[in-house]
Amino acid sequence: MDFGFTISKPRSIEPTEAGREQLLQLEEQVPTFRRCMNCGGCTATCSAGQFTDFNIRKVHNLYRWGQYKELDEELQKCMLCGKCTLVCPRGVNLRSLIIHLRKALNKDHQPGDYQHFIRNNNR
Amino acid sequence: MSDRTTTAQVAVIGGGPAGIEAACALSNNGIRVSLFESEPVLAHNVGNKFKLFPDFSSASELVATLSHKLSGSHVSVHLDTEIVSMEQKGGLWFLTDNYGHTHEAVAVLLATGYDVFDARRKEELGYGIYKGVVTSIDLESMLKAGKLVNVLGEQPQCVTFLQCVGSRDEKIGNHYCSKVCCVTAVKQAIEVKKLSPRTDVFLFYMDLRMWGQGFEELYREAQEQYGIRFVRGRISEAASTFDDRVQIKAEDTLVGQPLKMSTDLLVLMVGMEASCGTKKLASCCGVEGAYGFAHSCSPYLSDNMTDRQGLFLAGSCKRPMSVSDTVNDARSAAVGIADYLKTALSN
Amino acid sequence: MMKRYWNEYQKEIADDKFFYERSCIRQTFFPGSEAAFLKMLREELGKDIYDEANQHTCTGIGYHSDIVPLQTTMTVVARLFALMTEAGYENYVPSCVTSFGVFTEMVEMWKHNPELLEKTRKILYDTTGRTFEIPKNIAHPSDIIYKFRYDLKQKMKYQLVNRFTGKPLRVVEHIGCHYAKIFPKAGVGNAEFPYVLAGMIEAWGGEVIDYPERRHCCGFGFRQYLVQENRGYSIANSKKKFESMEPYEPDFIVANCPGCTMFLDKWQYTIAEMENKTYDKNGYGIPVLSYEEMAGLLLGYDPWKLGLQLHQVQAEPLLNKIGIAYDPNEKFTGVSGKILPRPEKPHNLLV
Repeated sequence: MDFGFTISKPRSIEPTEAGREQLLQLEEQVPTFRRCMNCGGCTATCSAGQFTDFNIRKVHNLYRWGQYKELDEELQKCMLCGKCTLVCPRGVNLRSLIIHLRKALNKDHQPGDYQHFIRNNNR
Repeated sequence: MSDRTTTAQVAVIGGGPAGIEAACALSNNGIRVSLFESEPVLAHNVGNKFKLFPDFSSASELVATLSHKLSGSHVSVHLDTEIVSMEQKGGLWFLTDNYGHTHEAVAVLLATGYDVFDARRKEELGYGIYKGVVTSIDLESMLKAGKLVNVLGEQPQCVTFLQCVGSRDEKIGNHYCSKVCCVTAVKQAIEVKKLSPRTDVFLFYMDLRMWGQGFEELYREAQEQYGIRFVRGRISEAASTFDDRVQIKAEDTLVGQPLKMSTDLLVLMVGMEASCGTKKLASCCGVEGAYGFAHSCSPYLSDNMTDRQGLFLAGSCKRPMSVSDTVNDARSAAVGIADYLKTALSN
Repeated sequence: MMKRYWNEYQKEIADDKFFYERSCIRQTFFPGSEAAFLKMLREELGKDIYDEANQHTCTGIGYHSDIVPLQTTMTVVARLFALMTEAGYENYVPSCVTSFGVFTEMVEMWKHNPELLEKTRKILYDTTGRTFEIPKNIAHPSDIIYKFRYDLKQKMKYQLVNRFTGKPLRVVEHIGCHYAKIFPKAGVGNAEFPYVLAGMIEAWGGEVIDYPERRHCCGFGFRQYLVQENRGYSIANSKKKFESMEPYEPDFIVANCPGCTMFLDKWQYTIAEMENKTYDKNGYGIPVLSYEEMAGLLLGYDPWKLGLQLHQVQAEPLLNKIGIAYDPNEKFTGVSGKILPRPEKPHNLLV
């Protein structure tokens, strides 16, 4: 029956076992990721973040909780310049992290496949 | 003089690390010292701990070392003896204990320490209501027993720590930081992982204040070696779930979204409050400061002195303090008292 | 196992000589509740409670929807206090939890800002010629029933016990936000674990369900449900509670706020019709009672005189569990003997 409104969906993060497994796998691939202390140095210096709303710190925190929605698209904004990796005070290998995040979020992703990004940019 | 009266040059009130360390230092310098402890045992707050931060040395060994040092000294120790009031007359202090006995001294050292925050006052966190909610002190006992179990007696899948319970909280009237809880939680989280490697450990914090030597390294080790998950946000509510776990609600403030999860154990990092003895005696002598702690003359050059002649302070009766800072503070107090006695006795 | 240290939080509740103020919406949604409360106080407890004919709104809905300005609310509240003063009473008893919140709030504001009190006195006098005293005691009717729960128990014909299993009924209690979240000390048991309804349930043989979302708001809000587009957000809060209580299989829900009682009842219909989901095993929904209805049923009052047929989720399965006698043929006979029209049947929710 149509009541003229729909029931809002909860927006709380509710961690799942699958998300936990994904995170553990990522940490195995990029062991330095565990050391992040969320200073935001990466985001402050990010070339992409100067012109888009790309926030790598937020992206990887959402990934930690298994909140994957739209993360793949977000990550296409990264130009892999590597400045984040240079500034990180905890030595997190962010460039490697981003590559692995892209792979994990989009199994079809191939290096050099920027079609997705081009599509988004022309939108 | 009646046999109900004792005399000493210095009366030390409180038999924790501060009281013992200062009493021994004074006694070793030939000064006659009496020490009064309201509990039947010495250093009960440290005695409730399993291991000490940041190097995991044994708390009971520290208590044993302090007790040994005290019993090897000439300090006259009065256990189970609570000083209920004190006053100064003609350059002497007169202390009355719970038996009605009077003790005279030229100088008094207040080393009455802290009490642990009563977590039941944070009703929304469910301590005393839900079995899965424990305090950091309860966890020390579990770690000491080497047995970490959930409500059902099984190995916990998940243990969650919450910082600042009773600290930095206007709702219970404590604006201050208890200083030692951050590193204690990191230490305990590592101990949980050592005891139960398959358990997921989360630690909810507002700030992580890793102020001491080796603390930041311990935090890094907790992340890197033990995979402990640090979440910035304060848990606002704990409730029981259908399967007797604890549901918690917080915000991950770093992503700006509410978070709801369940955990087997919720460990509340309870802060330090001025002990009953501290509150009572500081107020009796007119040296009470903020939150019932005792107030020193100045935090810079005279942190062991008070506005009252011959009344000195050491340790966590002044503010939350770590064991190592407390011991150093007690030695500093002993030096101040020795100086005072020289002047007082030569007059 | 719950430790009942919230017993420490008790409030002062007057003993007798009450001035009763009715609610705007309760007589529509739970038409027998207020009459049952008056009957309990007068006939069961022998108390003096005054039911003023000239009373009016407290402005609560308008006030909390940002439609009625504060000074208007203050003056309206003052007029109600004037009616109490004129009738010779000092203990104010507002039927609605939001009214209770409004009165407690205005009195507290006057305490801190005496100039507002003086201004209100002046406006009231200039416009109506009335003067008023601030009540000695403001208690919600649920406070009063809580206070006399053991006296009422003496008179009760039934208990909150399942007569087929002999086990206590499992009850969800829900406290309105304006009862203790504005002033925690104004509520029995404080704000986190208010004991006012739990105390009744336990005294009368039932068992309180402590489910994870127990302390979550029902979602009523004011502006939230008033605007149709916002109702999805309002209903989502109730849904969150239903989902959380479902595994405990509650026998019924009891609430002390008009908004909560109404929405916890009606939204079950809406969810059933929108998503074909009910939160009991059999598809009837979980009955929702006001505390007066709960007490009235146990005292042996006729369920139809209590107005249970006007609820969305029907009470018969619950009545059968407790063993309460009722005449199914009288369900739609009004108090005056007039035959009431029968409501349409929902598509999904069984009635």
